[in-house]
Amino acid sequence: MSASLATVSYIGATILFILSLGGLSNPESSRRGNLYGMIGMGLAVFATVFGPQVTWGGVPWIVMAMAVGGSIGLYAARKVQMTQMPELVALMHSLVGLAACLVGYASYSDTSVVLTGVDKSIHEVEIYVGILIGAVTFSGSLIAFGKLSAKIGGKPLLLPGRHWMNLTGLLVVIWVGRMFLNVETGGGGAFALIVMTIIALAFGVHMVMAIGGADMPVVVSMLNSYSGWAAAATGFMLSNDLLIVTGALVGSSGAILSYIMCRAMNRNFISVIAGGFGTGGGTVVAAADGQPAGEVTPVSALETAELLKDAKNVIIVPGYGMAVAQAQHTVYEITKFLREKGVNVRFGIHPVAGRMPGHMNVLLAEAKVPYDIVMEMDEINDDFPTIDVTMVIGANDIVNPAAQEDPNSPIAGMPVLEVWKSKTSIVMKRSMASGYAGVDNPLFYKENNRMLFGDAKKMLDEVLVALKS
Amino acid sequence: MSSIIGIPKEIYANEKRVASVPDVVEKLIKLGFEVVVESGAGALANFGDDAYVAAGARIVGSAAELWSSADIVFKVRAPSMDEVAFVKEGATLVSFVWPAQNPDLLQALADRKITVLAMDSVPRMSRAQKMDALSSMANIAGYRAVIEAAHHFGRFFTGQITAAGKVPPAKVFVIGAGVAGLAALGTAVSLGAIVRANDTRPEVGDQIKSMGAEFIPVDYQEEGTGVGGYAKVMSEGFQKAQLETFAKQAKDVDIIITTALIPGKPAPKLITTEMVQSMRPGSVIVDLASEQGGNCELTVPGEVVVRHGVTIIGYTDLPSRLSKQSSTLYATNLLRMTEELAKAKDGTIDVNMEDEVIRGATVIKDGVVTWPPPPPKLSAAPPQAKPAAAAPIAAKKSGHGHGSSGPMPVKTLAIVFGIGALAFWFVGANAPAAFLGHLTVFVLACFVGYMVVWNVTPALHTPLMSVTNAISSIIAIGALVQISPPLEASVSRPGFWIGFLAFIGIILTSINMFGGFAVTRRMLAMFRK
Repeated sequence: MSASLATVSYIGATILFILSLGGLSNPESSRRGNLYGMIGMGLAVFATVFGPQVTWGGVPWIVMAMAVGGSIGLYAARKVQMTQMPELVALMHSLVGLAACLVGYASYSDTSVVLTGVDKSIHEVEIYVGILIGAVTFSGSLIAFGKLSAKIGGKPLLLPGRHWMNLTGLLVVIWVGRMFLNVETGGGGAFALIVMTIIALAFGVHMVMAIGGADMPVVVSMLNSYSGWAAAATGFMLSNDLLIVTGALVGSSGAILSYIMCRAMNRNFISVIAGGFGTGGGTVVAAADGQPAGEVTPVSALETAELLKDAKNVIIVPGYGMAVAQAQHTVYEITKFLREKGVNVRFGIHPVAGRMPGHMNVLLAEAKVPYDIVMEMDEINDDFPTIDVTMVIGANDIVNPAAQEDPNSPIAGMPVLEVWKSKTSIVMKRSMASGYAGVDNPLFYKENNRMLFGDAKKMLDEVLVALKS
Repeated sequence: MSSIIGIPKEIYANEKRVASVPDVVEKLIKLGFEVVVESGAGALANFGDDAYVAAGARIVGSAAELWSSADIVFKVRAPSMDEVAFVKEGATLVSFVWPAQNPDLLQALADRKITVLAMDSVPRMSRAQKMDALSSMANIAGYRAVIEAAHHFGRFFTGQITAAGKVPPAKVFVIGAGVAGLAALGTAVSLGAIVRANDTRPEVGDQIKSMGAEFIPVDYQEEGTGVGGYAKVMSEGFQKAQLETFAKQAKDVDIIITTALIPGKPAPKLITTEMVQSMRPGSVIVDLASEQGGNCELTVPGEVVVRHGVTIIGYTDLPSRLSKQSSTLYATNLLRMTEELAKAKDGTIDVNMEDEVIRGATVIKDGVVTWPPPPPKLSAAPPQAKPAAAAPIAAKKSGHGHGSSGPMPVKTLAIVFGIGALAFWFVGANAPAAFLGHLTVFVLACFVGYMVVWNVTPALHTPLMSVTNAISSIIAIGALVQISPPLEASVSRPGFWIGFLAFIGIILTSINMFGGFAVTRRMLAMFRK
C-alpha cells in the first residue's frame, strides 16, 4: 500500500470517528455510531499495518500482541457489570496513558530519526509532553480505579501544603525539561525523562487522591480528556495527523464532559482539581449554624407501597446508592408494575448522579427501563409540584434544598432536583449520615418527606412484594 | 409489668368517634401494652367489638369495669364528672381536655392524683406534628364543612354547559387558611368551585395559591403572625379594612366558610348581619368557629339555621360526623404520643418532663397541675430572610447548552483574543512549516470535537466516555509504526528495546480498542424505548 493510500485511509478513519461521536446525539443512532467507530479503527489499523511504515517482519508480532490484548479486552467487556462501568473506564484510561508513555520512550530511543535545530527541539518537547501527560493519566486513572472500586478509601487525602508540592513538582518538571532539551547525546536525556516520569506519576496519584468521592464524575471525564491529549501529543511526536485529530476529538470531548459535570455541581473546575471537597472540615461549621434540626418521619416498605399505589404521578430519583445496592432491576419491576396500573412513572436524573457522567442512565437501561421515561433534571424540574410521590433512592446532595434556600451552604447555587415540591417525597437511605458533600439535608425534615431506612435493594424488594400482594 | 390501656365508649351526646381503632390497637400491643375496650366503643365509627378482639384487645362490658382496670385511658372528648369519679388513682389519661376552658374539670382531675396529657396542648413544633390531633381534626372539619355546604347549597359546585343550559360555578370564600381552611379550600377546588381565601398571616398566601385558590389580601399593612404560628388579635384599623373586604366578597360569593380562631380568645366576629343580608338567597355559611362563639353574628352553635334566606351551619361536631376517618387519624396521633412516652417499648410509659413536647402536653402530673406550660421556644414559621436570599440563586441557574448563556463581555473577549494572537505569533515565528501543518489539524479537530460533543445527549454520557476511550486507543498506530519500520541499512537503532516497548504498547491499546468498543456496544444495545 502506498503512502498516499494510507493517508487517504486515515482521512476516512477520521471522518468515521467524527460520525461515531455525532451518532451519540440520540439512542437511535448511537448503535450505528459505535459501528462507525469500529470500522474507522479497523481501517486505521489495517492501513498502518499494510502501509509503508511497517515491514512484513513486524506483522507476526503485531498479530500476536493484538490477539492477546483483544482477547483480554473482549473478556473484560463481557464480564463487567454495569455498576462497575466507572471502574472499567478508569482502568482503560490508565492503559492509554501507559501506552502513550511507552510509545514516547520508544520514540526517544529511536536513533534512526535524525533531526537538527528547531525540528529536534520540537520533537523533544513533543516526546517530553507526551510522556508527561501519559504518565499523569496512567497513575491518576489507576488511583481513580482504586477509589471507584473501593480498593482505596473514597475520602480525599489532603497532604499539608499540597498546592506547594504540586507547584514544586511543576517547577522541577520545567527545569528538568530544559535540561533534557540541552543535553546533546548520551544518558543525560534519559535520566531527565525518568525523573520527569516519576514526578508525573506522583502528581497523578496525588491529584486524584485529593479528590472526594462525589467529584469522581469530574475526575473520570477529566482523565478521559487527558488520554485524548496524550494521543494527540503522540501524534505530534510521530507526525501522524490521524493521531492528532483523534486525540483532539477525545480530548475536547472529555473536557466538555468535565465542564458539564462541574457546572452541574456549581463548582469551579480548578477547585475540583485542587481537591478537598467532602472533607467535612470547612462544611461542618455551616451545617451547625441554624441548620435544620428536626425530626424525620420514617415509613415502612408497606406504607411506601400504599403511597405508590394511590399516586397518579411518580418520579424516581436514583443516585449512587442505587448502584451500590444493585437495585436497578427491582426499581424496574416496581416501575413496570405501577405503569401497568396506569401510574405515570418517570425518572429524574441529575447530571452528577453516580460516579461518572450518565452512570444512572446506563444502569436503568441495563434494567430495561425505556429511555423515553428517563428525564434530565432540566426536563423534569418544573413538573415536581404536580407529582404525588417522589422516590429518592440513595441520593442526597442532588436533592438538597439547601442549595437553593441557604446561601451559606457549601453547595449553594448547585442545581438540584426540586423533589420537596412534590406532594410527598420518600427518601431511601441506609442511615441519617450526610452525603459526600458533608452537608446536612433539610429535605429530610420537611413535613411532606418520609424516610425509608434500610438497604435500597432489600427495601425495594419489600415494597415490590407489598405492591403485588 | 405491662400497663393496661383502656378505650372507653364516648358518652358525650352525638359523639361518634372512638379513641383507638383495631389497626392501632395491634400496634399498641406490639409496643408491649395490654388493651381493653369497652363493649360497643367503636360501634358508631363502624368498628365492631370483634374487630378489636381480632386485633388482640379484651372487651369489657361496662365503663366502670374498664376505668377500674386501666392504667392508661385514651379518650376523645374531655371526661365528664361521672367519668372522673371512675378513674383509678395514679392512672394516666390522654384525651382532649381544653384546660383553659375547663378549670373545674382540671381541678377535679388533679384531685384524683392522676397524670393527664391534653392532646389539645401538644406544642406546635415540627417534631410534634405527628401527634397534632388538632390538625388532624381540623383537616377533617374543613373537608366536612364543604360537604355540609354542598348538601345545603342548591346548585352544582362546578360549572357545566349542558343541553339544558349553562350552569355557573359556585364561588366559595374561605376565611382563615389554617389547617381546616386549607382542607376546605382544597376540597372546594376539587369539587370545581371558584375558591378565594383570606388570612391575616401574609405568609400563607402561597399555601392558598398552591391549593389552587385565589388569595384575597386585606389592603392594610400589619403582620398577623402570633407566637407558635397561630394568628393574633389585629389592630382596629386592620379589622375595619378586613370587614370591608369581607363585605365586598359576601355580595359576590355563594358559600362562605369561616375558620378564624385565636387561641384562648372568643372567635372574632367577621360576618355581620348586614353581610348576611347582602348575600344571595340560597347561599350557605359554614361557621367552623361556632364552638368558640362563631365568626358569624347569626350563628347558632350546634345547629343549622336559615336567616335572611341564607343557611348558616353551626355544627360543632364536624369531625365526629366523619367518625371512621377521624377515629383512625386520632388513634394514630395517640399512637405516636404513646411511642414518645414508651421509648423502652416494654409496655410502660414514662412522662418525661424534660422533653419539650411531653412537657407541653402534660397538664397534670401526679395530681399537680402543670398547666400552662412555659412558652414554646420554636416557631413553626420559617425564618423570614430565606426566601429573599433564594431568589437570585434560582434566577442564576437558567443557562443551558453552550456554556455561558450570553456572549462574553467585550473586554474579556479582547483579552482572550490578545493572548491567543500572541501565542500564535510566538509559534509562527519559531516553528517549522511541518509543525504548523500538524497544528492546523489539531486546532481544527478540537473545534470539530467541541461542536460534535455538545450534541451528545446527557443520557449517553457513559457510552460517550467508553467510545472515546476506545477511539483513543488509536495510539496503537504510534506503536505499530515503531515495531518494524523500513530502515536503510546504514542506520542503527536499539531495535529490540523499541520493539519490546511497542509490543507492550500494542497489547495495552488492543485491550482498550476491543474492550472499549465491545462494552459500548453492549451498553447501547440496552437503551430501548
